Amino acid sequence: MTATLTHLQRLEAEAIHIIREVAAEAEKPVMLYSVGKDSAVMLHLAKKAFYPSPPPFPLLHVDTTWKFKAMYELREKAAQDAGMELLVYQNPEAKERGINPFDHGPLHTDMWKTEGLKQALNHYGFDAAFGGARRDEEKSRAKERVFSFRTASHGWDPKNQRPELWNLYNAKKKKGESIRVFPISNWTELDVWQYIQLENIEIVPLYFSAPRPTFIYEGGLFMADDIERLEEVMGEKPEITTRSVRFRTLGCFPLTGAVESEASTLSEVIQETLLTTTSERQGRVIDKDAGGAGMEKKKQEGYF
Amino acid sequence: MTEQTTDSVYRTDALIAEDIDSYLETHQHKTMLRFITCGSVDDGKSTLIGRLLYDSKMIFEDQLEALSSDSKKVGTQGQEIDFALLVDGLAAEREQGITIDVAYRFFNTEKRKFIVADCPGHEQYTRNMVTGASTADLAVILVDARKGVLVQTRRHSYLCHLIGIKNIVLAVNKMDLVDYDQATFDKIVAEYSAFAEEIGIESFTAMPISGFKGDNITAASSENTPWYDGPSLVDHLEGVEVLSDVAADKPFRMPVQWVNRPNLDFRGFSGLIASGQVKPGDTVRALPSGKTSTVKSIVTFDGELDEAQAGQSVTITLEDEIDCSRGDVLCVADNPPETADQFEATLVWLNDEDMHVGRGYWLKLGTQTVSATVQQPKYRVDVNTMDELAAKTLSLNDIGVAEVYSDKPLVFEPYADNRTMGGFILVDKITNATVAAGMLNFSLRRSQNVHWQATDITREHHAGMKNQTPRVLWFTGLSGSGKSTIANEVEKKLALMNRHTFLLDGDNVRHGLNKDLGFTEADRIENIRRVGEVARLMTDAGLIVLTAFISPFRAERQMVRSMLEDHEFIEVFVDTPLEVAEERDVKGLYKKARSGQLKNFTGIDSPYEAPENPEITVNTVEMTPEEAADYIIQQILPLK
Repeated sequence: MTATLTHLQRLEAEAIHIIREVAAEAEKPVMLYSVGKDSAVMLHLAKKAFYPSPPPFPLLHVDTTWKFKAMYELREKAAQDAGMELLVYQNPEAKERGINPFDHGPLHTDMWKTEGLKQALNHYGFDAAFGGARRDEEKSRAKERVFSFRTASHGWDPKNQRPELWNLYNAKKKKGESIRVFPISNWTELDVWQYIQLENIEIVPLYFSAPRPTFIYEGGLFMADDIERLEEVMGEKPEITTRSVRFRTLGCFPLTGAVESEASTLSEVIQETLLTTTSERQGRVIDKDAGGAGMEKKKQEGYF
Repeated sequence: MTEQTTDSVYRTDALIAEDIDSYLETHQHKTMLRFITCGSVDDGKSTLIGRLLYDSKMIFEDQLEALSSDSKKVGTQGQEIDFALLVDGLAAEREQGITIDVAYRFFNTEKRKFIVADCPGHEQYTRNMVTGASTADLAVILVDARKGVLVQTRRHSYLCHLIGIKNIVLAVNKMDLVDYDQATFDKIVAEYSAFAEEIGIESFTAMPISGFKGDNITAASSENTPWYDGPSLVDHLEGVEVLSDVAADKPFRMPVQWVNRPNLDFRGFSGLIASGQVKPGDTVRALPSGKTSTVKSIVTFDGELDEAQAGQSVTITLEDEIDCSRGDVLCVADNPPETADQFEATLVWLNDEDMHVGRGYWLKLGTQTVSATVQQPKYRVDVNTMDELAAKTLSLNDIGVAEVYSDKPLVFEPYADNRTMGGFILVDKITNATVAAGMLNFSLRRSQNVHWQATDITREHHAGMKNQTPRVLWFTGLSGSGKSTIANEVEKKLALMNRHTFLLDGDNVRHGLNKDLGFTEADRIENIRRVGEVARLMTDAGLIVLTAFISPFRAERQMVRSMLEDHEFIEVFVDTPLEVAEERDVKGLYKKARSGQLKNFTGIDSPYEAPENPEITVNTVEMTPEEAADYIIQQILPLK
């Protein structure tokens, strides 16, 4: 009378198991929350893992101040709905120096995100941080463990990963060291979308197509989410055109490429995803920063 | 380059375009299969996976573009697309042209989602292969048609079998390079068959493929192999049974991960069901406490469930308040797993630092974490020849069998019956590294399974009738040290004192009880184990037992000691320096050993581990056998 579990049921059960293991074994866990669709799924899984209790850890948003407005709106609401504390961290040095994606290029990501994350984890003393990364996103991610061990300086050594057998996770570590945990490692982009649909998970409306103010910058299509601020750092007002666009991935609005699309419902978005022939991260500039090994290098330095 | 298929087994673009909702409906009911690919270096693993991803359109145009330019730069396939570059992700391995870690890849067909662990072929990365295999439902063992079954093929097959993978596919790859020759294929299959039988692989599925050209990957009976009428690789992968289904038919077990207590009125036990099924009203038992209760509800975020099965993460509430916390196991009341603190286990050593016999490691099994020590290995396995070899320790990539003692009882099942309840990791307490993967074979005291038949005449009665205290005088020392001579003297003296005794002599026992045993490490250990058991039965009968065996390893002597009642085992160290024993050479054995005619001879090419705290030591250089016997008698009196 048993029915074979579907792939989504198994992925969900695996993720819940991982989240509970961390809650049980880490001293001070936190869930990194980027407000993107992967974070939304991860947060949903955390709610499921501990129902009827709220998840026994806070949410942490490492903010760059350059996220889309719609993301900031959903951030507050999602935390409240989950009954979780929301911590927001902005690297004070980046803030003071006015680091931005236009003038500072790769330094923007390094200061706000890489450094910001390290500082936040140290500041609050978190020893385990959940992240919504998936192995199908990028080549070096494909080889990362579910429990990814980081040195006290937050570095990742791909040659010295702990073997991960069965569903036994080794959460032991020394003081000062930490673990990044990826509960949805084995999900693909399509799995995430299907799960969002099946579970009716709220995501940022930017994933759906709508007429939005856009501009072209260095050959990419971007949304003018905060025109005044753009003008301030770009030194000129970009040429704004209204286009029907949506986003396949969400980050800082000047770094996240939009795609022209008419997909305004979840089904249509999934349809477009399935029929599309360019990979998800293409909209992000980050992977190309350091040539072929961009992400791998970033991770060794402590990027999530 | 092959034309990329759009309407294949993978997905139907037409349906996606026309009716996305009905497409999604179908795909929400897909199942999932995890498999590993392994084989020797250059057998084409990465190319095969690249091919599967490519055919299932998991490769996007921009990735393909990057791939084409990479192929020209570092590829090994000339102007054609080098699929391996897709999979070999890390910069280091791109430079070296080898895969150095397990990479997980994903693809879908109409029926299933697949998670592939690409396992490295290099010898020094056995640990990664074991890692990849531990979660796999199936293994694809690749063989290069030009090279046939290699040492590494054998090793990987052995590892897959060891980890308990029941579905094995022998994929004879690069058939295009042998002109799709059936005889070549048949020969490799026959060779593999013989080997598989040897190591206990019950069945496997063989198929001729070309990862590079695509033969028999998605569509069966490629034009190039008209003689092959079996399924394509993808057809086969879609059909095999997944592990969680197998587990669902076994008795209910759920390791408790977390006790959910939002308020005083709710107390739920959360966990991932390891095996079996559960529903409200079932009587369950919490181990190790053994307390039983009834399942009140199965709580989830989506509402209460009527039933749940292996592979689901749930929260269970019970009718009664029973003591149960993280690390405990909820199970079906009338068929609980065993609880024990001594085991025989198979270990795979994963760390650069060798195993330390007797050192305390953290042992994690399910949600239980205890401190445990590993005894000296009974043997290690040469993964190339499957021979069982003597071993003092285990080094990186070694596989061995050893006893494991935990400081608290563990709830477990043999790994062969239940992966979750029998698979464990060892963690170094100082470095926190995961140093070993282990599989529990059985508990050393199987009292949980075999019930002891109570007899009315107890061992106390037996001893009382003989008016003596049973003892085992365990004589240990080098060959020619004088064990048998002294033991014989002691027995004579005890006989004069009207003691009931029996002398078990090494050579004599091998004429009868142990005549089936040779002198391999495993056999020597079994020899000692049987003698230990016999000695134990004799002490039950009230006898004073004397044994004369070299018994070179502490672990075995410790094993016998642990079989007996406290204070019953008396270790008598017959301390004779090697030079003295060798000079005596009563049986001429040292001479043979020195000339190489005799292998594994204690003291020459096999170690002797002197007792650390023997109850009695006699020095045969200073004492005659008679003096030694007198001294021993004095030490063990009064014996009442």
